[in-house]
Amino acid sequence: MPDPLLKLEDLDAFYGDFQALYQVELEVAPGEVLAIIGANGAGKTTLMRSISGLTQNQAQMVRYRGDTIGALRADEVAGKGIALVPEGRQLFPSLSVQENLIIGGQIGRKGPWSLKAVYELFPILQERRHQQSTSLSGGQQQMVAIGRALMANPDLILFDEISLGLAPIIIKDIYAALPGIIGEGMSALIVEQDITKALSVSQRFYCLQEGRVSLEGSSATVAREDISRAYFGVE
Amino acid sequence: MEWVNALLQGTLLGGLYALFAAGLSLIFGVMRLVNIAHGDLIVLGAYLGLSVTTVLGFHPMLALIVVVPAMAIFGYVLQRGILNQTLGKDILPPLLVTFGLSVIIQNALLETYSADPQKMNAGALETASVSLGGLSVGVLPVLTFAIAIAVIATLQWIFYRTALGRAFRATSDNQEIAQLMGLNRRHIFGLAMALALAVTAIAGIMLGIRTSFDPSIGGGRLIFGFEAVIIGGLGNLWGTLVGGVILGVAQTIGAKIDPGWQLLAGHLTFLVILAVKPNGLFPRISE
Repeated sequence: MPDPLLKLEDLDAFYGDFQALYQVELEVAPGEVLAIIGANGAGKTTLMRSISGLTQNQAQMVRYRGDTIGALRADEVAGKGIALVPEGRQLFPSLSVQENLIIGGQIGRKGPWSLKAVYELFPILQERRHQQSTSLSGGQQQMVAIGRALMANPDLILFDEISLGLAPIIIKDIYAALPGIIGEGMSALIVEQDITKALSVSQRFYCLQEGRVSLEGSSATVAREDISRAYFGVE
Repeated sequence: MEWVNALLQGTLLGGLYALFAAGLSLIFGVMRLVNIAHGDLIVLGAYLGLSVTTVLGFHPMLALIVVVPAMAIFGYVLQRGILNQTLGKDILPPLLVTFGLSVIIQNALLETYSADPQKMNAGALETASVSLGGLSVGVLPVLTFAIAIAVIATLQWIFYRTALGRAFRATSDNQEIAQLMGLNRRHIFGLAMALALAVTAIAGIMLGIRTSFDPSIGGGRLIFGFEAVIIGGLGNLWGTLVGGVILGVAQTIGAKIDPGWQLLAGHLTFLVILAVKPNGLFPRISE
């Protein structure tokens, strides 16, 4: 395995006063797509927050390109090339669709993604670019949220529950678009409740259970019963 | 004709109130901070103007080029140094800290400039007037009103047409997600306070040319500012101008009926509007 892009070492993280992650070890190689699965409350969201800097931890717990970034603020982490598509989309309601995308790109990192490229990926957004972001359908809002993260030209993109609250047909479209999005040498971490979906787009996976990594392996070859055991903790 | 005159004077006075209110509105809009020291900061602006005019011999309008940047820098430092530390889920700390700041500014002004009422000398500008079909209109109130419109138009442009305004709106919407976009909210809030105090400096100088002032009058200006913001509707800058005008007109009409009713008429109008439309006339922020 080449030098990892992101490496979590012995990560303990807290959600308020509550310890949500215990000694988590995780690696993402350049260009790799990783799935994070686990039940509600397993610590998936805290994991995303810890990588993106929304939850600050000890510096050496999160390494990115060899730098220790665990204690940086989210805006500093974003500048290093990590973008998050947050759970529940969380667009800026005061901003138009286009402004939401522009603000995603204002970090000014160079790369293949621009307004034009995002509009080519999601043509509907170009039509709706002057509308308030909240006037869009759920699926279109998710496109804006993904486009907003891509505009930063990240090297690592984190997807937190992108199918949550969307119609199955929309989820299918978004997952169909994912390989095209993640191509170009970008690494991705996908948090997903739908295990089949998560495994189908990833090369490797980690399963979290009560804040600990309960299973990790290759997405293509893992046995279903192993996942069930790691997911629910039943023997 | 006298009533028309009162209406016109009140409208023009509203321009000054809108200047009082604009900075308050901006700060609340961007960071949900209610700045109790705002009135005292206006008075501080007036005193800084006074110092610049007496020490450097500048005309008060020219003093703006010194006082506006000085207040903006003060705003940035104040925000980064103190006020950012008070912002959080609890709304009480910023209220208490800005209240304390209000007391400190008042006493510092008292120590430095004494309690004697002061006034800035703007020469012919103070008394110049133009007649307008039987009405005599002061040049200064017209200028103040024009400046208020220019200030609000500029703020509106910054908010809706520039990257800074986009950052203000995004941070106001959702601070965490704005951080993910690489925006450091502490810096953004500092810039918002700088902009607000730049406007406050203009308000202070226009106040100081129009009337005499002493260190204790900040509280009253704060109330006028609040009333204008709330009448107009939170988060709507043009609404703030309308709010200022309504307040100004209510005061001048009240004073026309009985000179003792000037302030009361303004406050009563505010209360009536608050009772009928609690969100103000043109609310932008729904919460």
